[in-house]
Amino acid sequence: MLDLTALSDFGLGWLEASGPNSDIVLSTRVRLARNLQGLSFTSRCRPAERAQVYERLSEAVESGNSLTGGVALDLTNLNRLSRQVLLERHLISREMAGDGSEAPAPGAGLFLGPKEVVGVMVNEEDHLRLQALLSGLRLQEAYSLVDQLDEELGAQLPFAYHPEFGYLTSCPTNVGTGLRASVLVHLPGLVLTKEIGKVLQGIGQVGLTFRGLYGEGSEVVGNFFQISNQTTLGKSEEDLVDHLNRIVQQVITYEMQARSVLMRDAPAVIEDKIWRAYGLLRYARSLSFEEVMNLLSGVRLGVSMKLLPGLRVYTLNKIMIYTQAAHLEQAAGRPLTESDSDLHRAAYVRRILATEGSVSEDREALDENGRG
Amino acid sequence: MVCDHCGKNEAVIHWTQIVDNKMSTFHLCEPCAADKGLEPGTGSASFPLTDFLAQMGKESGVEHVSPNGPCAFCGLSLDDFKKAGRVGCSHCYVSFEAHLRGLLRRLHGSTQHLGKVYLPPDPTENERQERIAGLRRKLDKAVACEDFERAAQIRDQIRALEGIA
Repeated sequence: MLDLTALSDFGLGWLEASGPNSDIVLSTRVRLARNLQGLSFTSRCRPAERAQVYERLSEAVESGNSLTGGVALDLTNLNRLSRQVLLERHLISREMAGDGSEAPAPGAGLFLGPKEVVGVMVNEEDHLRLQALLSGLRLQEAYSLVDQLDEELGAQLPFAYHPEFGYLTSCPTNVGTGLRASVLVHLPGLVLTKEIGKVLQGIGQVGLTFRGLYGEGSEVVGNFFQISNQTTLGKSEEDLVDHLNRIVQQVITYEMQARSVLMRDAPAVIEDKIWRAYGLLRYARSLSFEEVMNLLSGVRLGVSMKLLPGLRVYTLNKIMIYTQAAHLEQAAGRPLTESDSDLHRAAYVRRILATEGSVSEDREALDENGRG
Repeated sequence: MVCDHCGKNEAVIHWTQIVDNKMSTFHLCEPCAADKGLEPGTGSASFPLTDFLAQMGKESGVEHVSPNGPCAFCGLSLDDFKKAGRVGCSHCYVSFEAHLRGLLRRLHGSTQHLGKVYLPPDPTENERQERIAGLRRKLDKAVACEDFERAAQIRDQIRALEGIA
């Protein structure tokens, strides 16, 4: 069994909080769905054919492309915990992680390029899911990276393509460009001002859709919304990406306006909410994941509004990933019950906030002086 | 309003489906809905929606399209596709073309791919020309948007392809 603990921050470059608007936009992902010509799609592939898909990608990577020099993981060689860790890092889908003790189907794999920014999921719903994942709002850059990988792989492997329908995919919702661009945004201002419903409705009306933190079918937690294009056919890749970019910029503007309204109408309430969230995270002895996500939302708002000086968005991003169940189990080196998990989670958050997140009290003193 | 299925209880679940531009609405009571696997708040994953619709279609006299033969390449039938919502292979797009064309139009508002034109390994002359035409479309757009850096890259790609001829 492959041990992923050796790769402590494997595939987590997108947490660095370096991109534009990274206090509001956690990450940008662009993926392209591709299938190899001459083979049934994954759901109707025989095990030998699935293995063939993995092999052919492997050979293409060996002969040289953006993935060369990176990592190739055969998911069937990984234990359940390692697969869950990859899922929690948003590197593979829930279907690929498999649930419980059920091993992934043969040929299920993950290839990541040397910088871990571009990668390919193998034998997911489609043979190949090419993706680029970046920190902050960087849609054009992410598309350009995944487009380059697509050009390279497409010249090495024959893709299923139809002159009218475009790239052919297992699900008709992905046909055409096969492109799904998505942006993970944090919108506490719109939630607190109860404007979020209108914004999400507007998003639906302009051909976009929203989901929770872990993609399709997942719940919205911690005020994180994943906004993405709904249609993939009848528009060029550039148009799809530009349209999403324009709308997300607009959503960011609305979020900033909502925050201004909150600070104008109820500054004391907002500051209290933010400091309480910080206080609970800093000192609590037992925390559920959902509670951490909700408290982190308040603290992230505080950092973004410069109300919690000394704390970095990167630290908050790390807490979000490392307090998930599989990450805690991996760190503990043993299975954890739910209540054990809550204790370990709180201990991790206390430790990281003590070392990386001690908030200076200067601002508080200033405020008191200012008000006095 | 009484349940369309048992005709006894009060209908609490209202379901609308659109098939070939024909809209049908079904009203169900809770036990009948539960019987069909439709319960309030049930996650979509455990929702045998397409089965349910197929059955409702039969019962309420909605026209049932007779299925094509299975796909010659992967053996998937049109009914299998309707149940799973996934096609089996690229040939399914030819085998069930009429059905899929309608579905694509409803899903995307179009059936014509306007994205990049794929250039396979060892392309034919025709594939190369199609690719060049696709790149020219992109070039026009990049120029119109005054994205000259991108326009220059596309122009180089076109020149490289024309150079092969």
